[in-house]
Amino acid sequence: MSDGAEVVTSVPAAAWTCPLPLRDHDRIVTGHGGGGRLSAELIEHLFRPAFGGEVDDPVHDSVVLPVPTGGARLAFSTDAYVVTPVIFPGGSIGDLAVNGTVNDIAMSGAIPLVLSAAFVLEEGLELATLGRIAEDMGRAAAAAEVRLVTGDTKVVEARDRGGLTITTAGYGVIPDGVELGPARVRPGDQVLLSGPIGEHGMAIMSLREGLEFESELRTDSAPLAGLVQAMLAAAPGGGVRALRDATRGGFAAVLCELAEAGGTGIEYVERDVPVPPDVAAACGFLGLDPTHVANEGKLVAVVAPEVAEEVLEAMRSHPQGRDAVRVGEVVDDHHGIVVARTGIGARRVVDLPLGEQLPRIC
Amino acid sequence: MKYLDEFHDPELAARQFEDIERIVTRPWALMEVCGGQTHSIVRHGIDQLLPGQVRLIHGPGCPVCVTPLETIDKALAIAARDDTIFCSFGDMLRVPGSHHDLFQIRSNGGDVRVVYSPLDAVRIATEHPDKQVVFFGIGFETTAPANAMTVLEAERRGLTNFSMLVSHVLVPPAIAAIASSPDTQVNAYLAAGHVNTVMGTAEYEPLVERFQVPIVVTGFEPLDVLEGIRLALLQLEEGRAEVENAYPRAVRPEGNPAAKAVLAEVFEVCDRAWRGIGVIPASGWRLSERYRGFDAETRFEVTDLTVQESPLCRSGEVLQGLIKPNECEQFGITCTPRKPLGATMVSSEGACAAYYQYRRLALQEEVRA
Repeated sequence: MSDGAEVVTSVPAAAWTCPLPLRDHDRIVTGHGGGGRLSAELIEHLFRPAFGGEVDDPVHDSVVLPVPTGGARLAFSTDAYVVTPVIFPGGSIGDLAVNGTVNDIAMSGAIPLVLSAAFVLEEGLELATLGRIAEDMGRAAAAAEVRLVTGDTKVVEARDRGGLTITTAGYGVIPDGVELGPARVRPGDQVLLSGPIGEHGMAIMSLREGLEFESELRTDSAPLAGLVQAMLAAAPGGGVRALRDATRGGFAAVLCELAEAGGTGIEYVERDVPVPPDVAAACGFLGLDPTHVANEGKLVAVVAPEVAEEVLEAMRSHPQGRDAVRVGEVVDDHHGIVVARTGIGARRVVDLPLGEQLPRIC
Repeated sequence: MKYLDEFHDPELAARQFEDIERIVTRPWALMEVCGGQTHSIVRHGIDQLLPGQVRLIHGPGCPVCVTPLETIDKALAIAARDDTIFCSFGDMLRVPGSHHDLFQIRSNGGDVRVVYSPLDAVRIATEHPDKQVVFFGIGFETTAPANAMTVLEAERRGLTNFSMLVSHVLVPPAIAAIASSPDTQVNAYLAAGHVNTVMGTAEYEPLVERFQVPIVVTGFEPLDVLEGIRLALLQLEEGRAEVENAYPRAVRPEGNPAAKAVLAEVFEVCDRAWRGIGVIPASGWRLSERYRGFDAETRFEVTDLTVQESPLCRSGEVLQGLIKPNECEQFGITCTPRKPLGATMVSSEGACAAYYQYRRLALQEEVRA
């Protein structure tokens, strides 16, 4: 699978030459969601070129695709994406909308194939911004080797500052013999992490109104399907037990979910969890815990002990798992609870974060 | 990050634990005053690794926890107004008032915003001249200088739509209140290092003399806390009672003179109610006469509120170090971070929240370190 950001197509949104009346508007107006000429122009001149020309014709309501045969299983997923600001260091809501759903599909071991995308645009959103986001989606889809095949656009009154919501849905095919899930997790299994944590959440936090701070932080948004297939190939006998991408709630939330769903205990060593210095510093002064901060391109894997080395090796040979590490193991103790061994050698319970992460007062 | 990893070093920590083990010959109880220290102690498990004879009692130094219910209710009343943008530090949003919290005000359409710096509230006031912008000015001596600067900045800009709901509290009167309590069990205090960064150490000398207890200015990273504990135990074992500085990289004896000058200009000392504890004389700051015009309480006339504290909540005893959080019958049962009865379960600096978050396992079964 290709990893680099190979551009299949591009929309020079700022220098568009499009027929009237679209070029009369540099911002989204109600008519762009009306299903009439403006909507059609948007698809023709903005989405279709950005998505690689495969978006269904606006006069059809669905795309027609062949059914995988031979008892193959599908993994299907959908997710809605809201983020402020919509463009941030290293990416945009467009990258998230593609990579997020691709990764949700990939975590069941599936090879993602197609995505749909529905846009709720607020009046006043700049077309140049939307163009950039569509481009990012096209590029992310190409990198993840999925096709963006159908979509929808609606326009709502401006509530905030001209933002947008993107909902993507899609499916992938699960290769024969692949069976992943927390129920397969056993004591003794090893917990692997595909790389450093906290970059996406802190990159966004650095731009939040009222919290702005200078940093070099960038989102880690990336498709993980290729990494997952490389891991599965390294342990063909079912040695990979469960996978989770560590998005909202962060690394800690994923471990808590795995422990609870699998009914096992999980123990990890705090010092073995890679936290980039910028993330540690920003979390330090905001009073946040990096293990609770969102990632958009990291996964946690539970694997059988006998294949842990091979899987880790396969991860490190893949660009998305270059910095993969072993962080802990599944234990037959404190069932459903995650325990961290602290830097000074004590132990503590790791909990799900409660709702919104709140910067501390001092 | 420089100066962060160094203070988490496991080998140095092990050496500190060994030293402490050697020093201690009999039982001692130390109170860490600041909630930030409580958080660090419980998160890193420092208390698990101390000798059994050393007991840490968690003090009242969580500004979110001690802000009186009446003030929270005033904040809620102001934040619910249509003409108001209410700005607050993040962790105040979940603190329960008599009936609801700021999150609920926000979901009901109130304009409640999280700011990291109080100066952002002044910027918001400048950008929204048609709105009243109110900043929730709480905290110890640590946050007070920035809040005082904010008032000065609002005056400099001639803002008439900015005000501050002030509920500042002071550390030395709280130590005095606990030390003079007849059932106090505290043998020595770890003072809140960042408070001393602002205020210096001089105002702790009279406390040491009056109560004959060691007070050690202590930082927040694991090794900082261990050094504070070690110096306090050394004093106790040697029969000394002195003000000592275990946080010299951030604290000078004179404190920060520029900050102190601003504080003296903008604030004046007043009696202050502490949630769960009661009124402690001369334990708070309010806006001085000259800046009273920026006082949100008078501007919005939120004076006649009837407040209703949960009768089941024992946070007052927790804040005074009389019980550990898990000794409260409601802990983890009717009172959790999701549905807190009192403020100590809300802030991550609150002792109850720290115990809930990191200690449930130890409370269910003995954890062997």
